[in-house]
Amino acid sequence: MELLNALVLLLNYTIVPAITYGSQLALGAIFVTLVYGVLRFANFATGDMMSFGTMFAVLLTYYFQSVGIGLGILPTALLTIPFAIIAMILYMLFIDNFVFKYYRVKKSAPVQLAMVSVGVMFVTQAIIRIIIGPFDRRFLDGEKFILKASEFKEMTGLNEGLTIKSTQAITVVVTIILVSILFWFLNKTKTGTSMRAYSDNEDLALLSGIDPKRVVMITWIIAGFLATVGGVLYGLDKSYKPFVYFNNMLPIFAAAIVGGIGNPFGAFLGGYVIAFAEIFVTYAYKKFFTYLLPESLEPDSLVQLLSTDYKFAVSFSILVIVLLFRPSGIFEGKKI
Amino acid sequence: MSFFEGNKMTAGYGKGPDIINSCTIKVDQGEIVAILGPNGAGKSTAMKAMLGLLNLKSGSVVIDGVDISKLSPQDRVKKGISFVPQTKNVFAELTVKENLEVGAFLREDNINKVIEEIFDLFPILKVKSSQVVGQLSGGQRQQVALGRALMIKPSILMLDEPTAGVSPIVMDELFQHILRVKETNVGIIMVEQNAKQALSISDRGYVLVTGENKFEGSGDELLNDPEVRRSFLGG
Repeated sequence: MELLNALVLLLNYTIVPAITYGSQLALGAIFVTLVYGVLRFANFATGDMMSFGTMFAVLLTYYFQSVGIGLGILPTALLTIPFAIIAMILYMLFIDNFVFKYYRVKKSAPVQLAMVSVGVMFVTQAIIRIIIGPFDRRFLDGEKFILKASEFKEMTGLNEGLTIKSTQAITVVVTIILVSILFWFLNKTKTGTSMRAYSDNEDLALLSGIDPKRVVMITWIIAGFLATVGGVLYGLDKSYKPFVYFNNMLPIFAAAIVGGIGNPFGAFLGGYVIAFAEIFVTYAYKKFFTYLLPESLEPDSLVQLLSTDYKFAVSFSILVIVLLFRPSGIFEGKKI
Repeated sequence: MSFFEGNKMTAGYGKGPDIINSCTIKVDQGEIVAILGPNGAGKSTAMKAMLGLLNLKSGSVVIDGVDISKLSPQDRVKKGISFVPQTKNVFAELTVKENLEVGAFLREDNINKVIEEIFDLFPILKVKSSQVVGQLSGGQRQQVALGRALMIKPSILMLDEPTAGVSPIVMDELFQHILRVKETNVGIIMVEQNAKQALSISDRGYVLVTGENKFEGSGDELLNDPEVRRSFLGG
């Protein structure tokens, strides 16, 4: 019984949130890795692009709510995602055409493009602040919980409750669907193969008749999907605050690098590695040990390795360690 | 008039000096032509000029009577000219089969038949078809590179030092493969360092020196020419 309580406690406060958070990071990390693999630069505007897409979803959600369109028990935001994706893709293609293309045609060094993306980041941040402002917004509606702690306790008779929020379930389901489609596309379709070929050997891809403009466009379209869906899922689960999205760039980059930059499947797994590490390191295990250990050995302190305020230190440390010891990422496998 | 001709080509990289000077290379379908010469003679440059990877300052490139001097490399590929670069000539992170599929990117029709033909030509590729090319040996990679280039069913195949960095045994094997490609009525131009071996399978050869045609003739003629022997073949 004590053991079960301890496990449920761990499940409720670490594993379920980590799977959710990991899925959200994974989508962002695949975005980073795809742009790096195909366009060959580290896109520092990643976080704010995710924020930009989410902004549309938030605004549209408010609009849909005001005119009474909804999905019942599901959040209205799900309905707005397709529109937000379109807006996001248009913005990305616009930015690419007016900013990145110039440097790509000039064959600028990757570091130069990365600096350019910092500029794009600032501009995007400013646009977001002008349109929606810097405040914290909640746009989740519909049924909040799939499983409430009290229900779980009643069902099982345990002391500890397990909560599953609807946003957590939606995050996992949507991520699985999106990522499956993406990997099917990259590995099984002609266009996907041409993207991987272009990423692997640009010159030979050109000689094989692959149109670089098309590859770049499709990359941004996929990026638009990943950025918007990842951003909206994160916003639904926590809340939409532009600055937080900017902050999330560190764990997202860490996830992409842990997985081996340029390797989408690695980035996907990397998202979970970072999320689990962050949550396991910052969780206070006092109650967990109280269940497991005899009374005499019960810990006095919180048994927390690191305060949650320092959670970014975890991503940062993993980033540094991976770059020092396994710069090609911890997962073996194909690049895109 | 040959099927594929580079006539009096003069070209260089960017604003630099001319690397090739009034250089002429001709090849017919079903013929192997070797471009030989010392280091820096402009062998690869001549080939790249014919493919359009650098612009001609003067001269012309003609295929089947059509002037293609102004076409981009991609458009020349569509005209049936395939190129195997010396390095990075495969997609190392893709499987053998995917390499072949990418090679056929310009084809609209069903490519499975062409893939089967390539497998007949290079049986080892069929065995390794789902393996990532980065894991193959040097000789197998070169076969993938040849196979990829043959997927568009080219009339002209250009090879930039196909045997660079492979062992002598593999080199003989590769030359045998090249001969088999020739039998499918493809015109082959190759730049080679292994002059003797290259000439032994070539119908004709060009010897370039400082970007100009110095000698040309059939493989045997060049092999037996005392001056060519002394200068390039080591006696």
